[in-house]
Amino acid sequence: MSKIIEISGLSKEYSGRKVVDGLDLEVERGELFGFLGPNGAGKTTTIRILTTLTKPSSGQVLINSTDVAKDPERVKSDFGIVQQHLSLNRDLTIAENLELHARLHHLSPRDRRERISELLDYVELSDYADYLVDDVSGGMKRRAMIARALIHRPKLLFLDEPTVGLDAQTRRRVWDLIRKMSSDGATVFLTTHYIEEAEALCRRVGIIHHGKLIVLGEPLDLRRKLGMIAVEMQTNGNATKYRYFPGRAEASEFIRGLPGTQRVVMRESNLEDVFIELTGQKVLGD
Amino acid sequence: MIAQDAYNILWADLAALKRRWLRYLTTTLISPLLYLVAFGWGLGRGINLNGTSYLEFVVPGIIALTAMTTSFNGAGTRLNVDRLYFRSFDECLMAPIKLHSLLLGKALIGVVRGIFSSVAFLALATLIAPSIHIGPMFLAGLLLTCLTFSFLGVLAALLAKSHEDMGTFGSIILLPMTFLGGTFFSLSQVPTGLKYSLYLLPLTHASTWLRAAALNQLLPWPSFLVLLIFLAAFVGGSMIAVRKMSI
Repeated sequence: MSKIIEISGLSKEYSGRKVVDGLDLEVERGELFGFLGPNGAGKTTTIRILTTLTKPSSGQVLINSTDVAKDPERVKSDFGIVQQHLSLNRDLTIAENLELHARLHHLSPRDRRERISELLDYVELSDYADYLVDDVSGGMKRRAMIARALIHRPKLLFLDEPTVGLDAQTRRRVWDLIRKMSSDGATVFLTTHYIEEAEALCRRVGIIHHGKLIVLGEPLDLRRKLGMIAVEMQTNGNATKYRYFPGRAEASEFIRGLPGTQRVVMRESNLEDVFIELTGQKVLGD
Repeated sequence: MIAQDAYNILWADLAALKRRWLRYLTTTLISPLLYLVAFGWGLGRGINLNGTSYLEFVVPGIIALTAMTTSFNGAGTRLNVDRLYFRSFDECLMAPIKLHSLLLGKALIGVVRGIFSSVAFLALATLIAPSIHIGPMFLAGLLLTCLTFSFLGVLAALLAKSHEDMGTFGSIILLPMTFLGGTFFSLSQVPTGLKYSLYLLPLTHASTWLRAAALNQLLPWPSFLVLLIFLAAFVGGSMIAVRKMSI
């Protein structure tokens, strides 16, 4: 399988502080890749560099074999992006936002009409085509942004925290859309600090912390390396300690050896456990 | 392709303007009409400048002023909001179009709004001061004024780090220009030193040109040239600013 993203030695400094620090990463064509890390870890800066919005301090990025720094225009045709913040033009309707994007990507008038209708249907917004952006819900706006990102049939799709601020039901709906896009052949580069989101969607994940890629692999493999079963022990000072075991038998034996006064929970481990073990930091919100 | 891409950027604003043109027109005409009433009819009634009534003198100045304000705001304020508040400017930066097409498109938004407002005011003004002559040279000057101040707006919006910065720019640059740029008085009436310093303002040249063209006087070509130089400087500055912003 060929690579659609090739990042080597990528760094970005702001006022002497390294936000991205010597990042090396490759993403394969057709992959649904999760790029995880806490706020401020360097995820958004990395995406901004990959999408030509920020100049790197050093290093090289190839998108679909094209150097981002040397031929940004070509690269811009190859990717679509759903940004973390709402970036629709609020003076326009949902359909007009899609039309603007189609025009900027040089789609013919006929192709524009067909594609807009097809994508509004895809994200189930056909009935809201003529609504102004401010007149629809947050979830609909997010789906409109997904439709916009897909309008020029990009080979690669960046989703930067696509479900942030959405309720659980809408989030699941967006997940279904992401799976659909992936099964339709697009490469999806997803950044999120919702670990369960990455676990539910991604075949492979990379965790970035303080600008460095600290782990890369398939979620199940990363959990296996840590231990599939987690034991949480609440101590007297209310701090929680964690131990990981390959299976329930080992975990149960460990629990039997604990003093009876401790509150103990045995559960399956998850990617957040992997992150905490590697960084000593909770993934959500710093 | 440059023209097509610039038009595509403009298209979005035209779509929005189509929906609220009446509201826009009403708001945009308030200031020039107030100036006309206060200075043209109020303060200036009975004043005669070298055989020209003050009303005829002031109308071209107010047109230049209207062109400046609406073009600057049409391009600059909107771009500033798109960039810092809606954050939809990033979407344009990530589109496969040349940066100069993008900037031209953003500036054309100001040009369209500037011309729209100026022509609307002009239509009203010719009812009051029918001797005003609207010819190709007047329209060329109006277009150049709109283009110059649109690019000034684009430059200011690209340099601004907050909405407050745009307000500060308006207070420090545009507001003094409003009253000192030859809009309401003749430069021949001010001391020589001040006169030369007022020639450093682009609005002075816009007013001078539009007034000469509207009153069928000898055209001040140096003013047209200076406006072109200002335009080139604002275009160049905008290009440098946007290049610093993205790859």
